[in-house]
Amino acid sequence: MENVIGRIHSIESFGSVDGPGVRYIYFLHGCPLRCQFCHNPDTWGSKTYQEMTAQQALDQAMKYRNYWGKKGGLTISGGEPLLQIDFLLELFKLAKKEGIHTCIDTSGGCFTREEPFFSKFEELMQYTDLLLVDIKEINKERHIQLTSKDNDNILDMARYLSDINKPVWIRHVLVPERSDFDEDLKELDQFIKTLKNVERVEVLPYHTLGIFKWQELKIPYQLEGINPPTKERIENANQLLHTQDYQEFKK
Amino acid sequence: MLEKEQWKGFKGRLWKEEVNTRDFIQQNYKPYDGDESFLAGPTEATNKLWGKLQELQKAERAKGGVLDMETEIVSGLTAYGPGYIDESLKDLEKVVGLQTDKPLKRAFMPYGGIKMAEQACQTYGYEPSEKLHEIFTKYHKTHNQGVFDVYTPEIKKARHNKVITGLPDTYGRGRIVGDYRRVALYGIDFLIQEKLDDFAHCGSGSMTEDIIRRREELAEQVKALKEMKEMAAIYGYDISEPAKDAREAFQWLYFGYLAAIKTQNGAAMSVGRVSTFLDIYIERDLEAGILTEEEAQELVDHFVMKCRMVKFARIPSYNQLFSGDPVWATLEVAGLGTDGRSMVTKNCFRFLHTLENMGPAPEPNLTVLYTEALPENFKKYTAKISINTSSVQYENDDVMRPVWGDDYSICCCVSATQTGKEMQFFGARANLAKCLTYAINGGIDEKTKEQVAPKYRPITDEYLDYDVVMERYDQMMEWLADLYVNTLNLIQYMHDKYYYEAAEMALIDTDVRRTFATGIAGFSHVVDSLSAIKYAKVKTIRDENGIVVDYETEGDFPRYGNDDDRADEIAVWLLGEFLAKIKKHHTYRNSEPTTSILTITSNVVYGKATGSLPDGRKAGEPLSPGANPSYGAEQNGLLASLNSVAKLPYEWALDGISNTQTINPDALGHDEDERINNLVQVLDGYFEQGAHHLNVNVFGREKLIDAMEHPEKEEYANFTIRVSGYAVKFIDLTREQQLDVIARTCHDHM
Repeated sequence: MENVIGRIHSIESFGSVDGPGVRYIYFLHGCPLRCQFCHNPDTWGSKTYQEMTAQQALDQAMKYRNYWGKKGGLTISGGEPLLQIDFLLELFKLAKKEGIHTCIDTSGGCFTREEPFFSKFEELMQYTDLLLVDIKEINKERHIQLTSKDNDNILDMARYLSDINKPVWIRHVLVPERSDFDEDLKELDQFIKTLKNVERVEVLPYHTLGIFKWQELKIPYQLEGINPPTKERIENANQLLHTQDYQEFKK
Repeated sequence: MLEKEQWKGFKGRLWKEEVNTRDFIQQNYKPYDGDESFLAGPTEATNKLWGKLQELQKAERAKGGVLDMETEIVSGLTAYGPGYIDESLKDLEKVVGLQTDKPLKRAFMPYGGIKMAEQACQTYGYEPSEKLHEIFTKYHKTHNQGVFDVYTPEIKKARHNKVITGLPDTYGRGRIVGDYRRVALYGIDFLIQEKLDDFAHCGSGSMTEDIIRRREELAEQVKALKEMKEMAAIYGYDISEPAKDAREAFQWLYFGYLAAIKTQNGAAMSVGRVSTFLDIYIERDLEAGILTEEEAQELVDHFVMKCRMVKFARIPSYNQLFSGDPVWATLEVAGLGTDGRSMVTKNCFRFLHTLENMGPAPEPNLTVLYTEALPENFKKYTAKISINTSSVQYENDDVMRPVWGDDYSICCCVSATQTGKEMQFFGARANLAKCLTYAINGGIDEKTKEQVAPKYRPITDEYLDYDVVMERYDQMMEWLADLYVNTLNLIQYMHDKYYYEAAEMALIDTDVRRTFATGIAGFSHVVDSLSAIKYAKVKTIRDENGIVVDYETEGDFPRYGNDDDRADEIAVWLLGEFLAKIKKHHTYRNSEPTTSILTITSNVVYGKATGSLPDGRKAGEPLSPGANPSYGAEQNGLLASLNSVAKLPYEWALDGISNTQTINPDALGHDEDERINNLVQVLDGYFEQGAHHLNVNVFGREKLIDAMEHPEKEEYANFTIRVSGYAVKFIDLTREQQLDVIARTCHDHM
């Protein structure tokens, strides 16, 4: 597996909320989901992207190493980074040689226990320090409504990561009328409790900063009229998900 | 070796043999690496005085920016009787002394230029004195008159067309930091004695021009020192002898500074590096049990309150350049000693803590001399203060210490100077963006159509060729550097002659090092324009006379601010080339030439005078400030932008490279802990690469827009933001500048 080309949608040199510390983030192109609240819908289609080899991507990231301190490192987000698992694997192998903290921000949307994906994923996990796993909705029907796909394989990935004891942060984007239901939040809480690898649980309040991208892409925005959640609902979600109980990430 | 009763308990020898504040500090300060938990809140007296001062500030704003002005008395050290924040509260003031007889009242200072002093009065509805007009037009010449007497037609034209701009020919050059600490440590009598000693040893008897001048300047300095004693006596203090305790140390030091701001209305009037020096006195008093932490903090708060009250009468053109009424009462904390010990003391915390005790404020211009090696606790505290107040700037001690030692001060917004050993000739800016248009148009100004520069061959191609442009630009920059240095030579000559800074120079070594500070405006636009010409296709658009007035750029090109070497190498080249051209010329009084990239709010005014550029910036739009990348150029986030700026070698721009960044709090981290840690990481990473300066603002664009639309809201009364090199209350900016601040990149990726 040499010189796999990564398709890079964009770069953020100063990521501060996608993993521990200061992160260099590659947003990879392409995604199997079509989340109604997506703030990067421009990663979906066949729009322009930049091509890079894993070595180039690593060299570029390394220019920011002195900002990372003890905690920071490299985060690969998207789009759905696991769509480019070959690139990811090569990049993380190189990163680990340099002792860089590696993190994947994924929805798990393309996770499967079938080959050839699964062996690659198993190998990738040897070079991955942390995964940020988005669980958009625990309720299957609502998950389909929200993202166009069911969540079976997503929950399966979470279970698998628990089995191999790979640290994860579970994240839930709180969208009023779509993913903010007490019964679902309670069920999600129960599910998270069955996992033994969770270092942090985060509620990410839906925001409208990405809407302009939908307009630019001329895709009808399906959350029209839905406002960001209220402080009370955010607090409620935090309580139902017991986010304060997960403090491992602070260590 | 001198011994003084007031020095009891202080260690060391050298500083007793000669005036040597640095040695005193190094022998006596106590590094502090603990956290902020020892800090005390404001005392009742502080709250009362600060409350009163805020009322006065409100009244000042309601009156259009000026509360009161002098029209009859020429400012001087002993021009007024004592003045207080409030007559009925005067016993509460732990540090006393005002520039005039009333708080926030602006003094009449004609020596820089009588016209400007009068215009300042008239702008705010005051009628200047006829008698003073007669004196300063008929009997006494001013700096401004001196300069205009000797300007050449070529200089006047270049100045009028703003290719050299912001020159200190209509205002005081400022940027001289007296070592005000000497007043506290030695008392005035000893300092007079030292200067008299220098006078006695000045020259070998042959009266050459430089010796005569030095003797006259020493005489002026001694006179100023004597007047400082009189000034203090007006407030009931005798400063002949050293300060005997912390309160006196603050007061004595402040009298030194007060002498400066009573006699000079320089563009920048820095306080200097005082926190660790003063900490030595506080520690001695704390140990002796004659001072509590509350009282120590009160001294700091009251001292800082005085720095927040410094005012000058300015003219509208000055206010456009330097918006928001700044005085650059710059004051530094932290840094390392050359022996590697941290110079952070408890007093560095106390000075930052004033922003909590009395809320955010633009003055004093609080500057953290930063290095990764500072104690973690201090780094975290200063990051916290930054996040909560946006009132702090950071400068890299690791690049400045090797050049200036461990007792330098910041003499302006960001420029370093050795305290008590150096003075600077401030020289504003050459507009290198305009210079590029001159290169293309053969010296004709694209706005006024005047032939400003020599009639070099213009470029007549439809599409610009990189090599051709570079050749012409080189020639034009050569012309500009020559004209610029010579303009400054005569400005500095006249300032020395008609507006000599006797009080400040009296607190600086007689054998003084002089730097000659030039500066660059339009930096990022030149870089991006040259990159556009090199990597894309730039078509010229000409008016009916064939003068290029606009450009059409086809295709993409790398821009400065994305950590892309193709553009950043042009940036490094431009800086190096300009400095090399400056250095060719003779500089006044054999001063050392330096340059800077630190236009402040003047970027808006400079931009107005500058035509369209190949990088896509349209005629009249603001230039980007300081060394900041151009508006909208940054595509890869904050750190990529910082990496581009960090490539500029500080050693080539010893007068400073300013960079201002605004970060949305949500993009800095989820909670306060994360934000603090991430900001510390940003500072560590940036400065480790040798970068010089960073202004950090933490707020979202929405807050700026709301403050612009609703300046009357209570929460915005003291809403302070960092602009290039200083801080202002946002609501004091012109609307134009507010819009400019809002337009600048806000790093808000989430």
